[in-house]
Amino acid sequence: MAKVLMKGNEAIGAAAMEAGCKYFFGYPITPQSELPEYMSRELPKAGGIFLQAESELAAINMVYGAAGSGVRVMTSSSSPGISLKQEGISYIAGAELPCLIVNIMRGGPGLGSIQPSQTDYFQATRGGGNGDYRLVVLAPANVQELVDLIIEGFDIADQYRNPVMILGDGMIGQMMEPVEFKAPKKRELPEKDWATTGTGGKRKPNIINSLYLQPEDLEEHNIRLQQKYNDIKKNEIKVESYNLEEADVVIAAYGTTSRIAKTAISQLEKEGYKVGLIRPITLWPYPYDEFEKINDNCKGILTVEMNSGQMLDDVKIAVKGKYPVYFHSRTGGMIPTPNEIIEKVKKIYGGEI
Amino acid sequence: MAVVFKKTKGLTDAQTHYCPGCTHGIVHRLVGEVLEELGVLDKAIGVAPVGCSVLAYKYFNCDMHEAAHGRAPAVATGIKRVRPDNFVFTYQGDGDLASIGTAEIVHAAHRGEKISTIFINNAIYGMTGGQMAPTTLVGQKATTAPNGRDEAHCGKPIKMSELLATIDGAKFVERVTVTTPANVRKAKKAIKECFKLQLEGKGFGIVEVLSTCPTNWGYTPQEALKWLEENMIPYYPLGNFRKPEEVE
Amino acid sequence: MAKAKVRGKVTFQEDICKGCGLCVSACPVNIISLDNEKINAKGYHPATIEDMDECIGCASCATMCPDVVITVERL
Repeated sequence: MAKVLMKGNEAIGAAAMEAGCKYFFGYPITPQSELPEYMSRELPKAGGIFLQAESELAAINMVYGAAGSGVRVMTSSSSPGISLKQEGISYIAGAELPCLIVNIMRGGPGLGSIQPSQTDYFQATRGGGNGDYRLVVLAPANVQELVDLIIEGFDIADQYRNPVMILGDGMIGQMMEPVEFKAPKKRELPEKDWATTGTGGKRKPNIINSLYLQPEDLEEHNIRLQQKYNDIKKNEIKVESYNLEEADVVIAAYGTTSRIAKTAISQLEKEGYKVGLIRPITLWPYPYDEFEKINDNCKGILTVEMNSGQMLDDVKIAVKGKYPVYFHSRTGGMIPTPNEIIEKVKKIYGGEI
Repeated sequence: MAVVFKKTKGLTDAQTHYCPGCTHGIVHRLVGEVLEELGVLDKAIGVAPVGCSVLAYKYFNCDMHEAAHGRAPAVATGIKRVRPDNFVFTYQGDGDLASIGTAEIVHAAHRGEKISTIFINNAIYGMTGGQMAPTTLVGQKATTAPNGRDEAHCGKPIKMSELLATIDGAKFVERVTVTTPANVRKAKKAIKECFKLQLEGKGFGIVEVLSTCPTNWGYTPQEALKWLEENMIPYYPLGNFRKPEEVE
Repeated sequence: MAKAKVRGKVTFQEDICKGCGLCVSACPVNIISLDNEKINAKGYHPATIEDMDECIGCASCATMCPDVVITVERL
């Protein structure tokens, strides 16, 4: 299939439609507005519906209604807009509704900036809404992977009846790269017999709900949710790793920063340094076990993030104190450079830090 | 031996949790009866947001969504947009619609969403135990207005029907009450007209029902009906504010 | 001459009545009362009619009942 040069935000729209998503409820916010704009042009042509809501929190509740009625549906926003959606996301997780939520992250906190960042990692992986719930969080590093994860994301959402979040950043949303639209791997997707389509006089009413006033019922519900999350942990972890058996220093990074890390690694290798990489693609479920493949002589893990240290916690959890964990950060929308990473790795090598 | 009155199929067998004499029960019955009489029960999808009537998802005998506080019009928009042939309605209290959910109801009306809303105005937050609502009358006591609503402090109560009637997309806006059999019959007529409007694809419709809250008003059920008639109706005049004929 | 009037018959589903009394005040011929001799499953005095012959089958009671306790028939 021929590749198409597309801007990240628009590629998301194209990929979602490829996955059979016909409904989009959104709201303008930089740096993701090209996506609602694209959907407002393209969805009607495909017999779909684009609707701009009065707010991000109205939009996520429209997604709740549509998802509960049995269709593939998505919304997108950027950081502060995703904050507004948190209650709705918690309801969607509680009512076990499949949908796709795209966060093209920008600098924070508060109004922050419109440049890229990775400052919503905690919000996405620890839950920004109330209750013990989990989102499957997928972090693309390039526009092709963004497209692949969108298409597969809808299947994951339907398979587990769970919201799926795509965690991109302003850079991935705004950059253009060639992409092709491939079919995802085959999955057994369950019928949506729970959806509200009208009883048709043939079945008992379907109820979309997250309210369980009796504590015994809510506990049972939570236990069932946790079993689902354990299944997802077992089946859906995605990670890319490089040279863990040989590396003296391993870099842990995801999304845009992992590409910068790869440049640093190839430069370091030219200078004879043995450096490895762990790139989580699923931020939840996190690939903790991958870190066990690191050789015993490794001097330390360098985590690189565009925030003040969030995935850093998961790296510490993963290594269980076996290796020292170092951190390199640029935030506010500043992008780390390969040289900054190269300097840090050399310092770790030399035992200077 | 002709049966002239029996329970509608529009309601399930569940016994409601509402307090004795709470007129939510009457309005539930009217909605159930109208859904049945219009023959749309098996394609109806209702939305019950947080409030006393959140448990309505157990009482209406059709597919239901429980929604976040104030967000029912958005949820209903999502449902109707993807299932335009279904009959979609929301059943909301005043704490829900006239307070946290004002943006959602205004914009659903503004967009002319083809959904129908039943809006229960009992001038108080019932479920949470009697706090002041945006519809609480001046001087009316509530647990968060112990000396009565003070206009200087938090303004006069909000008149949602009048407000929504200024929006073109709202093709049907009527305020009714259920304090007497005659009023109940008028309320049912309004609900039927409002629901028919959706079936004709004309746009957004809402029926505001002045309703009682004996428990939190601190009255017996009968006294509550009397208090409503003497205090709420003067401030919230009954009647139709928008009807399709006027619109064309 | 027997009153040529409509005769009605009301049945109360006693155990779901909450004893709110809205039917009592709605009845135009004032024949409904709360049965103080009886406590129903919910712990309320259920509504009842002693003199059913007086019932005119107007269903005002059922119209006002918030819990759909009442069925009305016309003889």
